[in-house]
Amino acid sequence: MNLASLAVHDAGDKLRKREISSVELTDAVFERIAATDGRIHAYLTLDREAALDQARRADARLRAQDGASPLLGIPIALKDNFLTQGLRTTAGSRILAEFVPPYDASTVQRLRLAGAVIVGKTNLDEFAMGSSAENSAFFPTRNPWNLKRIPGGSSGGSAAAVAADQCLAALGTDTGGSIRQPAACCGVVGLKPTYGRVSRYGIIAFASSMDQVGPMTKDVRDSALLLQVLAGRDPADSTSANRPVPDYAAALTGAIKGIRVGVPKEYFVSGMQPEVEKAVRDGIHELEKQGAVILDISLPHTEYAVAVYYIVATAEASSNLARYDGMRYGYRAGAKDLIETYMITRDEGFGAEVKRRIMLGTYALSAGYYDAYYSKAQRVRALIKRDFGEAFQSCDLIVTPTAPTTAFKLGEKTQDPLQMYLSDIYTISINLAGLPAVSLPCGFDPEGMPIGMQIIGEHYDEATILRVAHHYEQATEWHKRKPRIEDR
Amino acid sequence: MKLTAEEVQRVAVLARLRLTREERTELTEQLDHILTYMDKLGELDISEVAPFTHAIESNELREDKVTNQPNTEALLANVPDRDGNFFKVPKIIE
Repeated sequence: MNLASLAVHDAGDKLRKREISSVELTDAVFERIAATDGRIHAYLTLDREAALDQARRADARLRAQDGASPLLGIPIALKDNFLTQGLRTTAGSRILAEFVPPYDASTVQRLRLAGAVIVGKTNLDEFAMGSSAENSAFFPTRNPWNLKRIPGGSSGGSAAAVAADQCLAALGTDTGGSIRQPAACCGVVGLKPTYGRVSRYGIIAFASSMDQVGPMTKDVRDSALLLQVLAGRDPADSTSANRPVPDYAAALTGAIKGIRVGVPKEYFVSGMQPEVEKAVRDGIHELEKQGAVILDISLPHTEYAVAVYYIVATAEASSNLARYDGMRYGYRAGAKDLIETYMITRDEGFGAEVKRRIMLGTYALSAGYYDAYYSKAQRVRALIKRDFGEAFQSCDLIVTPTAPTTAFKLGEKTQDPLQMYLSDIYTISINLAGLPAVSLPCGFDPEGMPIGMQIIGEHYDEATILRVAHHYEQATEWHKRKPRIEDR
Repeated sequence: MKLTAEEVQRVAVLARLRLTREERTELTEQLDHILTYMDKLGELDISEVAPFTHAIESNELREDKVTNQPNTEALLANVPDRDGNFFKVPKIIE
């Protein structure tokens, strides 16, 4: 058996029973990366020596039976927009190609305290802006299920690494679907927690009112275990919630009989791939068989979500990315004066999609257009949030597809930014409203590409969506399938 | 057309982005296409709707205490150009 293919909870059991060591497990992961990453390109940076050092220390703690963290000795990958002290962090951008952070993100600190082994940093769309990982300044990542297809984005490297057993689990960030859509594309589980549930401190900011950190894992139980470590108040992030963190693993058990599942009619419309609709409808039927009550609901402002998102997110991005001016860190171009230095640094440092979004956001915030775009978008955003509030009066959770299609081919949408934006139609409303949602495998299309089902919960109610997702997973086998990575 | 190339150039200066002539032409077309899509929002009557402020009310205040240790070398480690303990930047004042 290949140790790298284990789920976090299975490997944890074996570590605690001393059947395997963290060094063996970490070695297996790096062997798997050496054997497959030349074709997949999930990683931007590997940290083998430090990882083995962490594994040795984890083994010492395991021998001493010091600490019962389920992540002790577990190899985990990080999307390359998490700051890691002393380890290059690029955000997939040329402007940060040489950047070595002086501190760890709070979530990275939490993983280290729990004894996790940091394998390396995974590829992403530049500054997390994209749905295919093709906007990385370095190289595109390939989907382990089919190397001609995209892994989804922006956390495409993390999703591909989990699917290809190049780590036991990974962290991603999700501003408009960037954990859930790649999880669906690669056949893994991806959880975006409630806005404020997990600290954003030390995450390279994209759109601060929506960015959120979450786990990408081989099954639902693993997502619960990772969320347990990540969740909770952080004094360094004033938007992190000061609320108790429930026991997520304990919440996986318990009945789902009588639970009310809302199915919004606006999410099942023409334009979606028929196999995706069928797989998600079958998934809903499976929940019904287990005792859930299925209700037709309406989220009437769904059709406006993409327009709202690409105004709000780009406005925030244009402001957040103003810091990349080439003065204190990052790339600086040589030029004759200060203004020209700024302009050439940013021209040469940013890729096309990042520039496009900075331009769109700057336009939406500029004098004379603020009311027509930004202010209007924030009002419609309030309506989108209200839709969910009203829906949750009658249901406990909402089930939808994660993406309208399975993973598309590399290059298929790069020429048409608006088409690329529309691959996020089922995920972005959730970020606009700040809700938690999980994507989990619910089938495959005839080409063998995975399909994702999205379960959306009320604010702070990750426990319920994880419980329902876990019940579904127990009754199905989708999550157990592994890609056979082609030799090309 | 909602956008002209001149307007795109004005926004590029605000955003501190140099654009080549080709980039300007391409961006004018792409942004125009995207902004036309945004017109959807005009279909809604939002005169009575207050703008969104927070996903959840959770702004927590804390004491403004210094918690990090001064570490000049760590802060200067990524600087593109330095002079001793100073960030070296292009001349700002004429």
